[in-house]
Amino acid sequence: MLSIKNLHASVEGKEILKGINLEIKAGEVHAIMGPNGSGKSTLSQVLAGNDAFEVTEGEVTLNGENLLELETEERARDGIFLAFQYPVEIPGVSNLQFLRTAVNAMRKHKGEAEMNAAEFMKLAKEVSKQVDLDPAFLKRGVNEGFSGGEKKRNEIMQALMLQPKLAILDETDSGLDIDALKVVSDGVNALRSDDRAILMVTHYQRLLNHIVPDYVHVLAGGRIIKSGGRELALELEEKGYGWLGIKDDDASN
Amino acid sequence: MATTDNEVKELIKREYEHGFVTEIESDTFEPGLNEDVIARLSAIKKEPEWMLEWRLKAYRRWLEMEEPDWAHVGYPKVDYNSISYYSAPKRKEDMPQSLDEVDPELLKTYEKLGIPLHEREKLAGVAVDAVFDSVSVATTFKEPLAKAGVVFCSISEAVHDYPELVKKYLGTVVPQGDNFFAALNSAVFSDGTFVYIPKGVRCPMELSTYFRINAANTGQFERTLIIAEEGSYVSYLEGCTAPMRDENQLHAAVVELVALDDAQIKYSTVQNWYPGDEEGKGGIYNFVTKRGACIGKNSKISWTQVETGSAVTWKYPSCVLRGENSVGEFYSVALTHNFQQADTGTKMIHLGKNTRSTIISKGISAGKSSNAYRGLVKFGPGAEGARNFTQCDSLLIGDRCGAHTFPYIESKNKSAIVEHEATTSKVSDEQMFLCRQRGIDPEQAVSMIVNGFCKEVFKELPMEFAVEAGKLLEVSLEGSVG
Repeated sequence: MLSIKNLHASVEGKEILKGINLEIKAGEVHAIMGPNGSGKSTLSQVLAGNDAFEVTEGEVTLNGENLLELETEERARDGIFLAFQYPVEIPGVSNLQFLRTAVNAMRKHKGEAEMNAAEFMKLAKEVSKQVDLDPAFLKRGVNEGFSGGEKKRNEIMQALMLQPKLAILDETDSGLDIDALKVVSDGVNALRSDDRAILMVTHYQRLLNHIVPDYVHVLAGGRIIKSGGRELALELEEKGYGWLGIKDDDASN
Repeated sequence: MATTDNEVKELIKREYEHGFVTEIESDTFEPGLNEDVIARLSAIKKEPEWMLEWRLKAYRRWLEMEEPDWAHVGYPKVDYNSISYYSAPKRKEDMPQSLDEVDPELLKTYEKLGIPLHEREKLAGVAVDAVFDSVSVATTFKEPLAKAGVVFCSISEAVHDYPELVKKYLGTVVPQGDNFFAALNSAVFSDGTFVYIPKGVRCPMELSTYFRINAANTGQFERTLIIAEEGSYVSYLEGCTAPMRDENQLHAAVVELVALDDAQIKYSTVQNWYPGDEEGKGGIYNFVTKRGACIGKNSKISWTQVETGSAVTWKYPSCVLRGENSVGEFYSVALTHNFQQADTGTKMIHLGKNTRSTIISKGISAGKSSNAYRGLVKFGPGAEGARNFTQCDSLLIGDRCGAHTFPYIESKNKSAIVEHEATTSKVSDEQMFLCRQRGIDPEQAVSMIVNGFCKEVFKELPMEFAVEAGKLLEVSLEGSVG
């Protein structure tokens, strides 16, 4: 589904990704682990098309299509979804309006009719319950005054509404207490299906206890230095990043 | 980010949708202004002697006044002798009695503006007194209004049919010598709207006037007078748009509102006059004096405005809160782009006891535009227990525009309470990225974010106007950020 070959990317002239190679097939769940500053978030942003980052070399295809030529919104409509590490607020724009605009943009792209307000409301209420958000939140501004946990649940809600082909979760576990982590993980697990891939980016392995990955990759210095199965994450937890000769400046957390 | 800037430029490079000229034969004066011109204008309108005298008095006053230059705007000086002071569609002897009789060109113009009168009447139940150039050509829904005793007509008709009311109130809220543009308007006002709501009557429908400037070089001098008698209520909607022109067109309207005891007037404006091209050429000068007097106790006047057009806007819809417990409100969205300049805000003059006022102003600047809020909150010695709340928010799109806030507060009463809040923000790259990552077009995203920013004001607009205002922002911002 997703094929990344020798991907290099930089921000403000500084190279962050230095040759990433990764193949993800439909139905698979991949986890990318690594210390802070290794390039995990950059990879997520580059795949989603944030133009603050410049791709200097390499190629990325989604189902054979050159992803790097597409605008952010075109990638989104082709099925790339990014759950943000720090979701921003959009004051005055209700979650309901935001979700409906997004869902209808996707439907329009697929040549489907827009959902009417009543239909949409029903669906949105169901999905909000799935991620344990009070349906009243639909009327509030996007992430406006939300707690950290609510913001993360809102991201997962958006993924459930938009049903992407590839969901990229950027540090979705950060800042969550154990109950919220459970809710978010259940949401992500509900996304798992044979025709959808999930790419999780995380510093810690605790998320992987809830969402069990098929593959684990360790990213350091802008490259994937080790790949393996579920056991690699457990080994990392036990031995720390130092085990692979990587300095983790965030080890205190 | 370079890309962001480019996208901003792309977005703002949008042609004025309503730029076209309707070909209707006009009966137009030669440019120039003197007492003879005013006498001819008055004669064409078959005005009584007192009206002509009133105009001449204002004209003489105007000759002694100077054009104000304190606002945060700059424009080449207007040559008042190069303006024509009267323009009317022909066949005025034979005014249309129904829409079927209206010039099809005019109807087409409304179509292009998305204001089909037929549909509006049927769907929205709105009475439309459409002012085309200077003479009203279509007035609808007079009957149900007449049943309620509501008078809704052109100011020219009112001068003939309700001279006592006009004499009693005209110029009482905005005196002839109030300011340069008000004096000019008093001398040469061409037409406008007159509304009278009798005691205890709740106007059965929202009253709406759409008008546009059409004939080239014709200054438009609208005069509006709305009187709400004791215990009455009226909601009045005003919407404007103009065709594309190279010459600057002057618009100097005067609006006067009078609310007696327990009366309420809600005045909403959506203004979309031609703002000039992307180099700032052409565009309307909008120098308007709008003021409401809450002369009765417990009366209330609300101004809601959505301003997206004009090259230069100079406008401060105000409330004089004379009656005890009277309330003044001002809700405003002002959007500027390209080289547009707006200096707009309000004045809340608290004279009576326990008077209250609320000001919510949302300024949006894009391109190289300049957007200023200027507001005066004043408490007279008798304004015991009066209070004001002011909130001014500015939103910047791109990095070449400017936003300014000039609040003035004068208090001669120690018990008065003033609260002022102001914020400035930008449509952030992160917000844009979030929207686009969810599949939303950048243009739609900007429009959605800006609409969210304006929500507090839009909710004050009547339903159909709120929809229109949202659309207008969308059109005005087409393409605005990345």
